Amino acid sequence: MSKYTGNPQAVQSLVRPDAVHRHLYIDDELFALEMQHLWRNTWVYVGHDSQVPKAGDYFTTQIGLAPVILVRDPSGDVNVLMNRCAHKGTRLLSAQSGNCGSTIRCPYHGWTYHLNGAIRAIPVRQGYEGTAAMASEAGRGVVRLRHVENYRGFVFARLADEGMGFRDYFGDSLTSIDNMVDRAPAGRLEVAGGVLRYLHNCNWKMFVENLNDAMHPMIAHESSAGTAKAVWESLNMPEDAPKPMVVEQLLPFVSNYRFFDDMGVKIYDNGHSYSGVNFSIHSKYSSIGPYEQAMIDAYGEQRAQAILGEVRHNTVYYPSLTIKGAIQSIRVARPLAADKTVLESWTFRLVGAPEELLHRTLTYSRLINAPTSIVGHDDLHCYRSIQEGLAASGNDWVSLHRDYDSAEEGAIAGTYNGLSEVSMRGQFKAWRKFMAPDAGAGR
Amino acid sequence: MRGPAGERPVPVNAPTPEDLVQFVYDEARLIDEKRLDEWYELFAPDALYWMPLTRGQPEGEGHTSLFHEDKLLLKVRIERLKRPQSYSQNQPSFCQHVLQRPQVLSLDIEANEFILRTPFLYAESRLDDQFVLAGVARHHLTRIGEHLRIKLKKIELLNCDAALPSIQLFP
Repeated sequence: MSKYTGNPQAVQSLVRPDAVHRHLYIDDELFALEMQHLWRNTWVYVGHDSQVPKAGDYFTTQIGLAPVILVRDPSGDVNVLMNRCAHKGTRLLSAQSGNCGSTIRCPYHGWTYHLNGAIRAIPVRQGYEGTAAMASEAGRGVVRLRHVENYRGFVFARLADEGMGFRDYFGDSLTSIDNMVDRAPAGRLEVAGGVLRYLHNCNWKMFVENLNDAMHPMIAHESSAGTAKAVWESLNMPEDAPKPMVVEQLLPFVSNYRFFDDMGVKIYDNGHSYSGVNFSIHSKYSSIGPYEQAMIDAYGEQRAQAILGEVRHNTVYYPSLTIKGAIQSIRVARPLAADKTVLESWTFRLVGAPEELLHRTLTYSRLINAPTSIVGHDDLHCYRSIQEGLAASGNDWVSLHRDYDSAEEGAIAGTYNGLSEVSMRGQFKAWRKFMAPDAGAGR
Repeated sequence: MRGPAGERPVPVNAPTPEDLVQFVYDEARLIDEKRLDEWYELFAPDALYWMPLTRGQPEGEGHTSLFHEDKLLLKVRIERLKRPQSYSQNQPSFCQHVLQRPQVLSLDIEANEFILRTPFLYAESRLDDQFVLAGVARHHLTRIGEHLRIKLKKIELLNCDAALPSIQLFP
């Protein structure tokens, strides 16, 4: 018996302004509906254009459960194609990345495509003469996504034919990407240093919600950051001794509630948000002298200070992407099942900046985001514990009441205190909106 | 009875191949028996415990790694495991190394550098969950005083590029 398929009202009733039903995390049918609606109606991060610098370069990934190819065509454009042969559905490219030359050839029956998806050749083509093949779906070639936006190197796509435009969808939340790119003296980023892939046996939303959850670090990360603090203190270094980078990066995780509350959180429509409006756990990193000079040379003193003074914590580009502009790392949620998600952590070189900046980024990403990270272990343990705990009955609701104000039911965009659960309420407001079957058309 | 691995006296000038091989066996055993404070003592002050993220990854910090731990970070990991607030270990993990016999690649008394290569299987379990990793460990050892010490333990994981679960102990 399906409870939710074909019953949008039942789906909508799972989200209250200040609480959500446990089925959102554990129900397989709702997961399938999320893939059909939420992950098709929203703009999902595909990849970065520096991953495909030359014509023929490709990167394979997925949007929701749909396999896609990010590929650079000879004209220099970046296309997003469904990774599916028009003939029998074979996944065309199986490597994570590579260069396919000027065409994509199916490994099964040799149908060959241009890099925009159009059919280039089919072996023994006369066999289709007098058939409907070329007038059918097969004749249209590989499906090329029509709604693709390359925003300063970050490529997003929307699967649904109809829906909200890119700018309307993200609005001013794009300023976080701007700040990250502007931090490069040359004004552009390059993916560098490899991708950490961390298998999470939990629902994708737990991760996305956690990014601007400022109530958890001092509890969940007490074991890791707290231990780092204790070990550092046990060394009895002088007060002004320079802290090793790892200590500098771990210690702020156990800042107090006041710190995280004062950090502030900014909420945009459609599920996006960032914390660290006023300052963040990245604010007090030691400066890297030649970098600041390179920034001043590139932008002038005033503008350089403005860029570097913006030290946002996490920005969530709902539902798929979270970025840390101040540290040049991003995390991408790739949902696989209601209780299975792969998190990818990518790192970037600020083009024109000293290589130490990349080293700092890589150190951070390894310390915090790797499958071997003690901070990651803390987080995943909590997510998994929710996944298991929500099987309990007697209380169907997950509370999101902290600092709730009914005014949010009108317009939620605005700046709030950091400890508020408003970023999650904003996400579920968006969830409800983009899960509606007609969300495609909605504004 | 032999003492802990790190305390076995090694002739000052000339560890034998068998001494080196036994050191590698003992090192894994200390991890598996969770004698992590003793394990920590096996590392030289400037040691590196390194698990690259890709095959053939060059040394240095230009690429992310799975582990790239100096002694400070190793200490943090070991101390964390002792804390009751380490919730991810309230149900503890256990691990088991199964080592192929280490191959001595270099035994250079003059340079005081000894290199071994050890293919391994590593299982890590936590109640109902268990995963197995395969790979090759490379030990770069040196003699400090009377003891062999690890300058570098490099772990080349067979599936370093896979989406991996939490690895909470030490392959």
